[in-house]
Amino acid sequence: MTEVVNLSRRGFLRAGALSGGGLILGVYLPTPGEAAEPPLAKPASFKPNAFLRIGSDNSVTVIVNHSEMGQGIYSGLAMIVAEELDADWTKVKVEAAPADPVYNHTMYGVQITGGSTSTISEWDRLRKAGATARAMLITAAAQAWKVAPGSCRANKSRVIHQESGIVLSYGELAEPASRLAPVRNVPLKDPANFTLIGTPVKRLDTPDKVTGAAVFGLDVTVPGMLVAVLARPPVFGGKAIRVNSAKALAVSGVRRVVEIDRGVAVVADGFWQARKGRAKLEIDWDLGDLSALDSHMQRDEYVELSRSPGAVARKQGDAEAALAASARVLESVLDLPYLAHAPMEPLNCVADVRPDGCDVWTGTQAQTLDHHAAALAAGLKPEQVKIHTTLLGGGFGRRAALDSHFVREAVLVSKAVKAPVKVIWTREDDLKGGYYRPAAHHVISAGLSEDGQITAWKHRIVCQSFIIGTPFEAAIVKDGVDETCVEGAADLPYEIPNILVDWKKAPSGVPVQWLRSVGHTHTAFVVETFLDELAHAAGKDPLELRRSLLAKHPRHLRVLDRAAQEFGWDKPLRDGRGRGLAVHQSFGSYVAHVVEISVSKTGKITVHRVVCAIDCGPIVNPDSIRAQMEGCIVFGLSTLHHEITFTDGRVKQRNFHDYPVLRMNETPEIEVHIVKSTDSMGGVGEPGVPPVAPAVANAVFNLTGKRIRRLPFRADDLKQA
Amino acid sequence: MRQSSPPISASPSPRYPRLWGFALVLLVAPSPASVSLDEKAATKDDPAASRVAFLAVYKVLSHPRCMNCHPAGDAPLQGEDSHPHAQNVKRGKDGAGKYALKCANCHQAKALPGENMPPGNPNWRLPSPEMPLVFQGKSPGALARQLKDPKQNGGKTLDQVLHHAAEDTLVLGCWNPGEGRAKPPLAHEEFVRELRTWIETGAHEPE
Amino acid sequence: MITIRVNRKEYHVDVEPDTPLLWVIRETIGLTGTKFGCGVAQCGACTIHLDGEAARSCVTPVERAIGREIVTIEGLPDDLGRPLKDAWIALDVPQCGYCQSGQIMAAAVLLRENPNPTDEDVDDGMTGNICRCGTYPRIRRAIHLAAQAIAKGAAR
Repeated sequence: MTEVVNLSRRGFLRAGALSGGGLILGVYLPTPGEAAEPPLAKPASFKPNAFLRIGSDNSVTVIVNHSEMGQGIYSGLAMIVAEELDADWTKVKVEAAPADPVYNHTMYGVQITGGSTSTISEWDRLRKAGATARAMLITAAAQAWKVAPGSCRANKSRVIHQESGIVLSYGELAEPASRLAPVRNVPLKDPANFTLIGTPVKRLDTPDKVTGAAVFGLDVTVPGMLVAVLARPPVFGGKAIRVNSAKALAVSGVRRVVEIDRGVAVVADGFWQARKGRAKLEIDWDLGDLSALDSHMQRDEYVELSRSPGAVARKQGDAEAALAASARVLESVLDLPYLAHAPMEPLNCVADVRPDGCDVWTGTQAQTLDHHAAALAAGLKPEQVKIHTTLLGGGFGRRAALDSHFVREAVLVSKAVKAPVKVIWTREDDLKGGYYRPAAHHVISAGLSEDGQITAWKHRIVCQSFIIGTPFEAAIVKDGVDETCVEGAADLPYEIPNILVDWKKAPSGVPVQWLRSVGHTHTAFVVETFLDELAHAAGKDPLELRRSLLAKHPRHLRVLDRAAQEFGWDKPLRDGRGRGLAVHQSFGSYVAHVVEISVSKTGKITVHRVVCAIDCGPIVNPDSIRAQMEGCIVFGLSTLHHEITFTDGRVKQRNFHDYPVLRMNETPEIEVHIVKSTDSMGGVGEPGVPPVAPAVANAVFNLTGKRIRRLPFRADDLKQA
Repeated sequence: MRQSSPPISASPSPRYPRLWGFALVLLVAPSPASVSLDEKAATKDDPAASRVAFLAVYKVLSHPRCMNCHPAGDAPLQGEDSHPHAQNVKRGKDGAGKYALKCANCHQAKALPGENMPPGNPNWRLPSPEMPLVFQGKSPGALARQLKDPKQNGGKTLDQVLHHAAEDTLVLGCWNPGEGRAKPPLAHEEFVRELRTWIETGAHEPE
Repeated sequence: MITIRVNRKEYHVDVEPDTPLLWVIRETIGLTGTKFGCGVAQCGACTIHLDGEAARSCVTPVERAIGREIVTIEGLPDDLGRPLKDAWIALDVPQCGYCQSGQIMAAAVLLRENPNPTDEDVDDGMTGNICRCGTYPRIRRAIHLAAQAIAKGAAR
């Protein structure tokens, strides 16, 4: 997505002994003023900030700096290390990295998991780590045997002397290898010789996830821990002005009621008591400026904003003039709602603030931000604060909080009660707790020539920014345009001579944040449904129109053609079925979906089949790519059904009954086709989401002749008269 | 003896406003506090009064609290708009749900306190598939015929139907529906009284 | 003090009778494989077996469980648990994994009552369990795979 300062590429591989025996291999970050070349002596003296640990018990532990939220990154990154290390995959384990600058994302400059970039971020660094360790183990073996390193090879966590066939295990070699200086400039494997990378290796985290043993943030318990729930303002921006906690404190098990900036915390022995206590709180709220917020009125406000030009995100040719000169102009106005991430694990955080230190356990996507926020809230130095990253029960961007609010809450409450505290959000707290995908209003128009050529494209987007005012602003906001608001629109791939894309910033207030595939969630819907509309207006097949406009975009074309072919675009559909397609690039990957749907008399859409093709460049684990595409498709289909809305400043939705997500019986047959590609590596966690909803909307038009211009779909819009 | 008095409980339903007003005038009786079921029903055939009484009964039977568990299809309904129960819940072979989606897996012996919590009853279920006792989509006449027909009503005599309505906890549960759910438009005892009147005056079918 | 039996073991717990079984299992007894997802019986993450039925522990007052057999994911017997877990691993079903304890507990009841389920039976048995990661296609396949494994085992 965005290049931030690249700190970690200034780092160097270093090796050292592991207390208790074994090899530790890490990245050494020179402190300012220190020589760029690290001294090679004293290998055991540096901080244990490692990416890899080899134990004398033959274990290979990969320390992963990206959060595991379901995307399979623990296994994917371990595969990269194990490949270059020639490790026995059955001996590979994974550990979550602590918060430390050496673990910063190589593109973003902070430790964060997002943007579908984890594999791309670590690809070079972890290959080097694995290859260097392997070279050191081979050197150690060669020294023990008094042979040339070149006469030895590594295989499945063993070094073998070729001629004699004698063998030493990595466990046996770990200690002697740790006394060696790291081997420099180790050549990496030729990808043609990969044995793990590119194969459907089983995930390392699955066994614990089917027995209940996997530890998520909510599962963390520390001695003396209390549990808290918060009463947060009913309207965003509100404040408690008077709190009567007497009745709450009378509830059995309730220990304390404490006020913090984000609300009133009821601290108890357990969740149930805390929740009962919260129900007894009497709070007078100053509701703040948003107490009249109403989704219908907000839409009117956005419409008004869309009437004047915004900050220009892309200008090519003269769209206005070309529109005026067009034989025919089409316009579409579309509305996309606020969306909640609703990960299955409600937000939670354990904090233990002591006078001299603080530990935080949570499933976070943003360790660096949380680390600093926790230190600030605790009144401690960053080096006194430890972040322990657990597994995440779903992230989707919700757990990469730019203001670290869910961590700050726990730290502030723990500090106030002088005990370890776990703050638990209920599902209701989560759904009405903000940090939504921003609502968006789009006005898009295009001009067609007499012969059906698209001559002009003008696209105006109105939505909030969640980047402006954060540390990411300098990197992501360019010429007054927040890239996360226009991505997927400003980079329109279709060859159209005159293009204007601009953005009107909507007033802030409702807390908003990135949600899986971010701006693409709404821009792709608009672009891909409108292109379908233009195809129809020009009397062209939607596939053929796209093909003709993508001649210079081979990766778009490849996935489009593959998905269409696997779907059978050239074959007739069954009666009562509609089909639609969409293609979109995001996070460096190219995805096309072709869907088959039907619509009941009552207007209910059934999605029968989704055929997906993806080109994400080099592949680490094809099965993980399939899993992510399946997940993206289900996630994208859920956006057909839900929305967050406001009345009197309050969020209306409460739980999964009124914020429905896709369930088993609504899940279509899904086929995923991975296009072989040697192009640049893209991500897979998000790029499958954007083309889902527009493909369905296009299929609905194909079947019913009705255009979907707002999400979620309303059955009433499609009901047969 | 009948007397007219102001409505006691719920507001008129939009679906049958005229009938409701008419029924009220005629039907809202002064207390006896409860209906004695041991009394021998003194049948006095009165087709007009019987039909009117059934229309009051019908108001209750077609209310979401009652109708939601007497669906036309194989899935229970829920909510004031009687939408199909979320989670694809099905009747199952004995009316108590299927596999992991049996009624009692979520529905406790009584309605749980709190917003959006499952309503409850010790025997929460739908009628069996052999005798589904459909209320949904039935006209008053059709529903009356069904209630009278032992082949469709669970093999009950009309006295037993009355007992069921008066005493079965599943029926009583409709008047203790849990937070945020409307109660049927008549109080339970009024409902039983109207049912009794319908039966005692000849169980005539409105049309 | 309330006495309950969890995974064939007795526990004496000092909790209010209306406390949901979920929190007794997780916080009082310390078995954290059973998850909190919605608190209102909408998502199935908290599914346990109560006398063999797939009860939603987030809405089950602990007093209801007195005198009954409670089984959690940690104690799911091997007759159904092993083939299900093996199938889940063989197809790498879980993504974040948070909902999977509940999914497996629900699937166990499905297979016990219907050893050879059709896709429609899977819909009827599993639609109560939400997976936000979207592992539904794999759950469906894993249930069929487990059913086949059980059938083969029985035939042997």
